[in-house]
Parts: sequence; structure tokens; C-alpha cells
Amino acid sequence: MAIEQATPLAPHSLAPAERAIQLIGGELTEKSLRLHLEGLPGVDAVGLEARAAALGTRSIKTTSKAWALDTIIELIDLTTLEGADTPGKVASLVAKAINPDPSDLTTPCVAAVCVYGDMVPYALEALGTAGGESGIHIAAVATAFPSGRASLPVKIADTRDAVRFGADEIDMVIDRGAFLSGRYGLVFDQIVAVKEACRREDGSSAHLKVILETGELTTYDNVRRASWLAILAGADFIKTSTGKVAPAATLPVTLLMLQVVNDWYRLTGERIGVKPAGGIRTSKDAIKYLVTVAETVGQEWLQRHLFRFGASSLLNDVLLQRQKLTSGHYSGPDYVTVD
Amino acid sequence: MTRLAVPKTYKLYIGGKFPRSESGRVYEITNATGEFLANAAKASRKDARDAVVAARAATGGWAGATGYNRGQVLYRIAELLEGRRAQFVAELRASESLSESAAQLQVDAAIDIWVWYAGWADKYVQVAGNGNPVSGPYFNISTPEATGVVAIIAPQESSLLGLVSVIAPALVSGNTVVVVASERAPLAAISLSEVLATSDVPGGVINVLTGSAAEIAPWLASHADVNALDLAGAGDLDGDLSWVDLQIAAAETLKRVLPPENGIPAPSVERITFFTETKTVWHTKGII
Repeated sequence: MAIEQATPLAPHSLAPAERAIQLIGGELTEKSLRLHLEGLPGVDAVGLEARAAALGTRSIKTTSKAWALDTIIELIDLTTLEGADTPGKVASLVAKAINPDPSDLTTPCVAAVCVYGDMVPYALEALGTAGGESGIHIAAVATAFPSGRASLPVKIADTRDAVRFGADEIDMVIDRGAFLSGRYGLVFDQIVAVKEACRREDGSSAHLKVILETGELTTYDNVRRASWLAILAGADFIKTSTGKVAPAATLPVTLLMLQVVNDWYRLTGERIGVKPAGGIRTSKDAIKYLVTVAETVGQEWLQRHLFRFGASSLLNDVLLQRQKLTSGHYSGPDYVTVD
Repeated sequence: MTRLAVPKTYKLYIGGKFPRSESGRVYEITNATGEFLANAAKASRKDARDAVVAARAATGGWAGATGYNRGQVLYRIAELLEGRRAQFVAELRASESLSESAAQLQVDAAIDIWVWYAGWADKYVQVAGNGNPVSGPYFNISTPEATGVVAIIAPQESSLLGLVSVIAPALVSGNTVVVVASERAPLAAISLSEVLATSDVPGGVINVLTGSAAEIAPWLASHADVNALDLAGAGDLDGDLSWVDLQIAAAETLKRVLPPENGIPAPSVERITFFTETKTVWHTKGII
């Protein structure tokens, strides 16, 4: 990173704008932000992809695999983001989140359920008292997901609604149009405003995940800039994609975002989470991500508050693999739920 | 100047593609006198698993096609076999030490069996289905439907005719197939796959594994996503594997199991209807 180790800041105690000013060292203007972000070193695309491919070749078997499968389940944000979502579907998703495999009660529960904002009350109702025991969070997508094409007041109202309904986490999308046309300040301000809207009445705050939609950012350099920008503006998590755009999460992009998170940690001591979402459908793929996390930022990142998989079909594949490990014979899709 | 021969690499046939074994293993195929013929892929349990996944994905389209359509597709395989006759004759002669005329007869028989079973595709329902008399104003109709994924241990002694005699009947009703070819002489099975790949059979409907049947069969028998098991060639497997153990493993997931046969199974409608499930529906009659 271009930024030298500054005098120890305590950035997490500051409001986002202030810590950005401290880091950038000067007025926080569109120009200074731009100079800062475009001063970030370029990404060695070939090296990044080679590194990601190398990390994907590790062989994880037997007890390590069993551990990996359980860890994957614990890190899943079980997601349903369809226009056709119904309260019933959300309720069955929550039931699956609490108890992914009814035939094996030793299966851990997932990290969170991710739904549209208006589905949060139904998810909470379905979670009922089990929510407290299991620690399952409700995550809501907000800010005109998935395109992000709405005015700021609408985005803020969208966020406030979800928080008021009781969402523990907010997944916002950045304005990719503004980012790609170089208006970093606008993107920054919007993230700061949404972060503010995540505040609850009692002073606590819903966790903010910022979706970069890397499939639309076109270059690795842009992904690095967007990640850095989101973290500067106060993101608790940076998330690859909405799942509505192809390509969604890829291993190189996730590796790059983990590197940014690592840089930020070394600079400020603050741990930012990463959430690859979309396109991770098999246990084999998910295990590659676990390896990448452990090798890039360290194994302490493999916790619910620092790493998540945004996925829906991944869980079923992990359950099938888990059943194979326990029973000794291959299982089939008839032995897991449809959704 | 002598020309260097270019030997053929025989691979597996899974999901319409020709992958090598996931395990990377190969084994030597020899003729009856022990002379080297080719290397074939030695499939592992993971190849079997991948084949089942491919077969499962293909069930909807194949079982959903009309019987008439399936019949046409199967008949076309017979046409293509006819065109590749010389290759199959050569392979049978090399790997089974048959005379030219005996090999010709085997290929003829294999083609005739395809045609015979292809004809049943739009007829077996009329034979096996029924309109049941019931005491009420209802039509009560039973029809056979494909059971799903059928795992087959092909006859070990006859590489082409034996294989065709077990996969064709399973396909007629719309099942998809994972077949473990003859271990000693799998070359004709892979060449048949090449015929299938260029025919109208959708990828995944037929999946061919080569290697040790004794090694792969237990995994297929216990696989929860396999609906039926045809143990035609499991009677004379090497090693101490008993087909009864396979039947016991299959019972855990309520599979249909067809026991081993001596030699090559004769063509029969029973082999078609064995891999079907009977669906009975009630329809109200208008009361006038």
C-alpha cells in the first residue's frame, strides 16, 4: 500500500469522515479522495490470479474436511432475494437456518438469514426465541438493491425501514455508476449517510456490509479502490456482489479484497469483514475460500463477524458432503430440502 | 521408413464429455494372449459420484421426452453403430479374440437389440399400463414411468453385445444410466460412447465408467441418489465381492435390484418394465 504506517490512530473511535481525513491527511474533498484512491498501487492481475489458483489446489480431506464443512455452515448467510419471496418461504428458510439438517442435529446453524427489507418482520417472527440462542442474525439488503439506482433519501429511508423492523445487518449496494464515472466523493457520502441510518434508537448500530458488485467494476484496480473507499467510509464488511450480476464472487476478487482488509488491519488495527456472495455453489469451491482467508488474513478471520458466504444452494451441497462423511456413502438431493 | 503409430486414449464418458479419471489412474488392456492393446481410465468412486450427478441432471429431459421421440433417438444410435461397424469388429477381434465372422455376428446382434428396444419406447406403456375397473364414476389409470438413475454392472465377458443388452432396456422408459463396462475388455464400451456423443442422446443420459467393477459397485449400490441397480455382470466379478452384499447395501435406500445373469441377458420387455414405477391416477367421469 502507498500509505506509510501512520502514527497510531484510533480510527474506530472516530466517525468515518474524520478517520478518512486523518488517513488522507488534509481536507476531504472530491479531489483529495480521488488523489488518494488513484494513488493506490495497481494490482498485478496475473500474479493475483496465479496466487488464487495456487490457493485453490490445496487438498483438504478427512478430519480437516469435516472441520471445513462445519465452518462453512457457520459462516453462511442463507439468502433468498427473489421477487417471488413470500412470508412462508422466508419462514422455511429461517427454519433451515436454525436446523440445516434435521437428520443430524449436530449440524451447526448458519450465521444469518439474508432477505429483502420488507421480509425482516417475517424472518424475525419465524426466528422467534430461537434467535437469541442460536445467534442467527437477520440481514436485510437495502438502498435500492440490487441496482442502487435511487436517490439518497430513498436509500436512507430503505435502510431506516429495515433497521426499524429489526435487521441486525444491512447489506447496501454502492452507486456503481457514480464510482465508474469517478465521483468517489458521492459514493463516500452515500455510504456515510447509510451508515448513519443504520443507527438504532438505543444508540447501537446495525452492521453495515457494503456490496461493491465487482462484476460491474471491470478491473482489479477498481475493486481495490472501491474496497478501500468503502472501508474509509465506515463499512463493517465489504461484500463482492449482489448475486444478480455475472460474474459474481470469484476467488481472485475475494483474495484482493482480503488483501485490502489485511492492509487496513496493519494500518489501523481494525478488523473488517469480507463476504463473497453469489456463484459459490459447491463445498469444494467454498473450501478454496476458507484456505484463501486463512492464508491471507489469518485463521482468526474465519469467524461470523469477519467472514461470510452469501449463498443459497451452497448449504445443500455442504450438507450432502457432511452426510457422506458421517454415513460413509454418497447422499442425494432427496435428503436435503428443496430451497 | 516405418510410421509411428498413434494409439488411442480411452477415457470415461460422463455427462456427454470424455474426462480422464479424477484419480488419474489408468490400467492396461490386453488381448486374450496378454498382448498390450491400450490404456484405459480406471474410474474411482468420485468418478462414479460425478456420473450419478450427471445422470440425475439428465433425468428430467430424457424422461420428459415423448416415447416416440426416445424411440427415434435410440433408433438413430443403431444407425450410427451400423456406420462404425468396421471399428467395432476390429475391437472385438482384438480384445475378445473373436474370428471375423463371430465379431460380425456380435455387432449385428448389438445393432438388432438397439432397434428392438427402440421400437418398445412408444409401446411398452400400452403393454404394462392399464385402465383399472373401479366401482365409482372414475377412470382409474395405471402407467409405468421411469424410476430415475439406474446403475448397471455390465456383463464382464461380452464387451459390446453384453453392454448394449443392459443399457438399452433401461433407457427405453426414460431412465438415465451409469454403467460400469467390462473390466477386461472395455474398449468397445468407450467406442460406443463416441457413437453416443455424436448421436441425439442428451449428455448425461448414458455415462460409461471403465475400471474395477468390484471397486466401484459398492459405492453405486449405497449411493442415495441411485434409484435402481442392475447387477447383470456382478456374478463373475474378480475379488471376494458378493452381489448379495450389493443388494443389502441397495436395500438401505430402497433401490430396485436386478440380480446377476449368466451370460448375456436376452431381450425382454421385463427388463424395460423392471426399471419403472407405476403411477395410478383417478379421473372423474362425467355423470350424465
